[in-house]
Amino acid sequence: MSATAISVKNLTKTYGEGSGRFAALRGVSVKAELGESLAIVGKSGSGKSTLMHVMALLDEPSGGKVTVMGQRATGLRSAELNALRNETFGFVFQQFFLIPGASVLENVMLPLTIAGVSGRERRRRAMETLEQLEIADKASNRATDLSGGQKQRVAIARALVNGPSVIFADEPTGNLDSATGEVVEDILFTLNREKAITLVIVTHDQTLAARCDRRVYLKDGLVVTPKELTS
Amino acid sequence: MKTTDIVASAVKSTFRSKLRTSLTVIAIVIGAFTITITNGLGTGINAYINDTVAAIGADNVLTVTKTPDTSNETDEGVRLYDPESSRVVNNNTPPGPGAAETVEAITDADIELLRELDTVESAERQVQVSPDFIQLGDGERFEFTISNFVPGATLQLAAGEQLDNDSDDLQLIIPLDYATALGCDEPADCVGLVATLAVTDATDVQHLVEADVIGVSEESLGATNAGSANTALTNALFDQQSIGLSETARTSYASAVVTFASDASDESVTTLRDELTDLGYDSQTVSEQIGTFRSVIDGIILVLNSFAAIALVAAGFGIVNTLLMSVQERTREIGLMKAVGLSGRKIFALFSTEAVFIGFLGSAIGSILGIVIGSATSGVLSAGILGDLAGLTLIAFTPASVAGVIVLIMAIAFVAGTLPALRAARKNPIVALRYE
Ligand SMILES: Nc1ncnc2c1ncn2[C@@H]1O[C@H](COP(=O)(O)OP(=O)(O)OP(=O)(O)O)[C@@H](O)[C@H]1O
Ligand SMILES: [Mg+2]
Repeated sequence: MSATAISVKNLTKTYGEGSGRFAALRGVSVKAELGESLAIVGKSGSGKSTLMHVMALLDEPSGGKVTVMGQRATGLRSAELNALRNETFGFVFQQFFLIPGASVLENVMLPLTIAGVSGRERRRRAMETLEQLEIADKASNRATDLSGGQKQRVAIARALVNGPSVIFADEPTGNLDSATGEVVEDILFTLNREKAITLVIVTHDQTLAARCDRRVYLKDGLVVTPKELTS
Repeated sequence: MKTTDIVASAVKSTFRSKLRTSLTVIAIVIGAFTITITNGLGTGINAYINDTVAAIGADNVLTVTKTPDTSNETDEGVRLYDPESSRVVNNNTPPGPGAAETVEAITDADIELLRELDTVESAERQVQVSPDFIQLGDGERFEFTISNFVPGATLQLAAGEQLDNDSDDLQLIIPLDYATALGCDEPADCVGLVATLAVTDATDVQHLVEADVIGVSEESLGATNAGSANTALTNALFDQQSIGLSETARTSYASAVVTFASDASDESVTTLRDELTDLGYDSQTVSEQIGTFRSVIDGIILVLNSFAAIALVAAGFGIVNTLLMSVQERTREIGLMKAVGLSGRKIFALFSTEAVFIGFLGSAIGSILGIVIGSATSGVLSAGILGDLAGLTLIAFTPASVAGVIVLIMAIAFVAGTLPALRAARKNPIVALRYE
């Protein structure tokens, strides 16, 4: 039996107060095993991003239990939390979130800069990662001057540079055409296969979901069966 | 994140929005420039006053006079004549309005009494000598005055050295104009020559006294166009000038000069002055004599500085505004950095450093401008309308006060930066990432 990377139990998340109160998650239990690829599938507004943010410790749940690498998340001190975000997790977002004005290399180096890695070492590691993703020739370009596919590869390089064990991807292909999207998907699954990096992918794209080892279906903040999802 | 990376990143983002940064920096430059100039004025004028004080007298010296006896005053404030009391004219009033007044005389007995006091190191009569003329060799004879020279005072010299009051040699310092008039091409040429001074006694007989010229003094506020003599020369001239006077007249002096230890504590000086009051003497320090002058200058500098402070407060709000906009614009970036593991404290440091750097830019530029323009203005004024006051640099700069201004403004910038920086540090990564 493989170890569990992240597990959440009876997770609830409510936004707002009083009449504006809205329950985005209403008791969700999900597990991501180490080394597997997990798809979180559901319609817009079903709570996919909210679930992913809680699993990645970017957001605090209103109720329920989050366990990361066998550790209860609620007791973590902020330094431990920051170390987890920096070293264990990598993030890829639909809107890329590259720092405008900064170069591609600087964007990729960001997690290493934050970790306090020395200038020469972080440059070497960032260039290595860029070469792996075949965009090393754009290293000194401004991040804003790249095409969408290139931007997403830079974002993946940034997620990858500090050697994470889990990569969270929120609609990684949502802003790309299908051919480019497929290239990005291939990169992610290659990482999953060759480096045993756990993938947690949020998507409403059925073909991407089908490529994952396992799928979790969300509807109105609850885990449902594939049948219930379409009904 | 390393400190060097934080600073580098802050400097970089300062220059990201150039127009906005420039406008804020200009506001700080104006404040820094103003405060640099006003401080420069304060430094320049006070340095000049300090030199002047040194020329008027040392700070371990009291001028002592007898407290006037008012018991025989009429209601109109006019004193009845008392044949028992001796009075002399006191020419030794401080510079400024007031001129000479008639005071009760200090006698040799008073001097003896003053010497007995605990903290007193020396007490000397202060006498007024009035030479008729000064002459070098058989050259031209010129009218000449000798100012009262307080022991320990330092003159601003063009050549030669200061007077030595412990010396038995008859020493004289002449003003620069006299050096030229007496035929010296360079002030230094006069040093070492022997001058002849003439005094006339009460019986109308003129006596000649020879004195060594040991220095040539610059013209300044403190030392007017009069010469200065050491104690030995003053006594020699006074003795000649007093021939034919009655015993009482010869031993009546307007004031005495009391010296105390230069490291005496403030309390012991106060005690001494209280003691003098009890014994029936008035005492004045040199700084009291010119105190009003200095407090006027300080007042003016304070008013000017408060204008500069207002400019700086306005610039501080400019920094708050600039950084708030920057935090708003970079919301997503802040969210991302937090998501990638940057602590709130480091984000606070990042934005505070940016504020401090903006403050540094503005204050450094403002100070440099202030120094360049201030020095130029001061140079023009010293060569022009202030040319008569040798030794006056109207606007002067000390490295310490310039550095002080820069540090102060950086501190103001830091304080201004705390609000935006706290805002950035407290941002929730998710709210920031969802921000459109
Ligand atoms: N800060 C918030 N305040 C109030 N409601 C929120 C907030 N954030 C999210 N929601 C609501 O929570 C629900 C779930 O949002 P979430 O972003 O998880 O949806 P999603 O499944 O990722 O949708 P999409 O596919 O469009 O990204 C939505 O109805 C959204 O309106
Ligand atoms: Mg979403």
